Amino acid sequence: MAYSEKVLEHFQHPKNVGTLDKSKSTVGTGLVGAPECGDVMRLQIEVDPSTQTIIDAKFKTFGCGSAIASSSLATEWLKGKTIEQALTIDNMDIVEELALPPVKIHCSVLAEDAIKGAIADYQSKNGIAVTAMASSH
Amino acid sequence: MIKEPMRVYLDNNSTTPCDPRVVDTMVPYFYQKPGNSASRNHPFGWEAEEGVDYAREQIAALLKVDPKEIIFTSGATESDNLAIKGVFEMYRSKGNHIITVTTEHKAVLDTCDKLTEAGAEITYLKVAEDGLIDLAELEAAIKSTTILVSVMWANNETGVIQPMKEIGNICDKHGVLFMSDATQAVGKMPTYPKEIGVHLMAFTSHKMYGPKGVGALYVSRKSPRVKVTAQMDGGGHERGMRSGTLNVPGIVGFGKAAEIARLEMHADAERLKKLRDRLEHELTSRLEECYINGNVDHRMPHVTNISFKHVEGEGLMMTFNQNIAVSSGSACTSASLEPSYVLVALGLGDDLAHSSIRFSLGRFTTDEEVDFVVDKLVAGVNHMRDLSPIWEMYKEGVDLSNVQWSEH
Repeated sequence: MAYSEKVLEHFQHPKNVGTLDKSKSTVGTGLVGAPECGDVMRLQIEVDPSTQTIIDAKFKTFGCGSAIASSSLATEWLKGKTIEQALTIDNMDIVEELALPPVKIHCSVLAEDAIKGAIADYQSKNGIAVTAMASSH
Repeated sequence: MIKEPMRVYLDNNSTTPCDPRVVDTMVPYFYQKPGNSASRNHPFGWEAEEGVDYAREQIAALLKVDPKEIIFTSGATESDNLAIKGVFEMYRSKGNHIITVTTEHKAVLDTCDKLTEAGAEITYLKVAEDGLIDLAELEAAIKSTTILVSVMWANNETGVIQPMKEIGNICDKHGVLFMSDATQAVGKMPTYPKEIGVHLMAFTSHKMYGPKGVGALYVSRKSPRVKVTAQMDGGGHERGMRSGTLNVPGIVGFGKAAEIARLEMHADAERLKKLRDRLEHELTSRLEECYINGNVDHRMPHVTNISFKHVEGEGLMMTFNQNIAVSSGSACTSASLEPSYVLVALGLGDDLAHSSIRFSLGRFTTDEEVDFVVDKLVAGVNHMRDLSPIWEMYKEGVDLSNVQWSEH
C-alpha cells in the first residue's frame, strides 16, 4: 500500500512534535488510543483565556504513518483557531486532506477524539462547561 | 561501495529471489522444450518428462527420500491442504481427530478449521513463551480417534524450530501419522523426513531460491505407506494424488534450487548465522528496550524477530521502507487491528507484538547490507521514540499498565 504524498510529508517532517506543560491551567491534554491497539495519540493545546483562542498545539503519537500524519495535521489546523472553531474539525476533513484509505480512517477518528479530549481537559480545568465529548467510535 | 539508493531485501521468509543459476535451467523449458510431461507419444513430451523426472530426483536427494514420494503441487498452501484434507478423507474410518499448533501457518489452521465442518475434531496445542510446544501435552492429546499430528518444522515469523525428532517418536509410538509444514526449513537446514519420522511434508520452491508457483508434498510410500485423497480431480497426474498439467519450467527450476541447496545450505547457514547474530548484537547493544522473540537456541540461522518497545512496527518501517524490506507483526494495515497471532501465542502483549520487526536474511545478503540496515534501524527507532508519547511516559517512570487507556 502506497502512502499519499501528504502523509509522507507529515511523516517525514512532522509539525509540532513535543510536550506542553500539562500542569498549566491554560494547557489541555487529550490522550487517546491504547498501546494494545497499536495507536496512542497525545495532543495538547495551549489556550489564551482572554480570547479562547488556541495559541499553541503539540503532539506525540505512537502509531503508523497515517496516525502520525493525522495528528501532525490536526496540530497545524488547531493553531489560531478558537475553541468553538476547533470543535468543528471533523475526522473526514482529515481523511480528505491526507487522502487516507479506508483501512486508515480510524487514524483520523483518533485525531478528532484527541482534539475533543484536549479541549474538554482545558474546559474542565477552568470550570467551563465541557462542550463536546470525544465520540465513542 | 554502497550504491545509492541502496535497496536491501531482508524479507526472505516471505519469498526468496530466484537464484540466477535456477533461472538459467528453466529458460529452455519455456520455448525450446515446450512439451507437456504427460504427452507420452512424441519427443516434446519425453524431454519435458525427463526434465520433471530429473527435478524429482534432485528434490528427493535433498530430502533423502525416494523420488516417487514427491508429489508436485502449486505451492506449500496447496500441499498443506492436500496433506490434511487428503489424510482426513482417506483415514476417516479410523478417526476424526487432528492435532496441530496455534502458531501454524494459516494454510494449516484454516484447513483444519474448514474440516470441522466435515466432522473433524481439532486440538490446537499452545506454545510456551519461546515458541516451542510441550511434548507431554502433545502425547496427552493423542487419543484413539487421532489420525494426524501436524506441526510445522520452523516458524515463519520467529524461525523457531520444533523438536521434530521427539514429536516423530511420539507419533510413532502411538501409530499416528505425522505431517509437517516445512516451508521455511527445506533447503535451509537438513530436513530428512525418514530420519525424523515425518510421513507427509509440505514445502515450496520460492522459499529456497526457486521460482514461485510450484511446491511439493512428500508422501511416505514405505512403512508406513501413506495415501491421501486427491483434492484436484482430472487427468490422474502425480500417481493420482494431484491432477493437473505439471508446471514443467517451474519444476525444473525447483529441482535445480534443491540441488544448489543440498550443496550449499550448510555454508549458507553458517555465513548467515554470523550475519544475523551481528545484526542482533548491534541492534540490541545500540538500542535500549529491544526484545528477541522466540527461542534463540532452537531457530533458523537467518531469522530474527525483534520487538522495539513503544515503537509501532508499521510506523517504524515507514522510516526506512524506501531502502529496506522487512516485515512487521503489527497489523495496522489490516481491518482487524489484531497483531500477529504467532507473537500473541508466545505470550507477548499486544503492544510488543505491534512493535515487532522480522528480519529474514538470505543467500544474497551481504555484510555491508547488514551494516546499512543497523544504522537505518537505529535512526528509525530513535526517531519514532522521539515521537512516541508512551516512550516519554515510560522514560518518566509512568507505569503504563496503570494508565486508563481510552477504548477505541
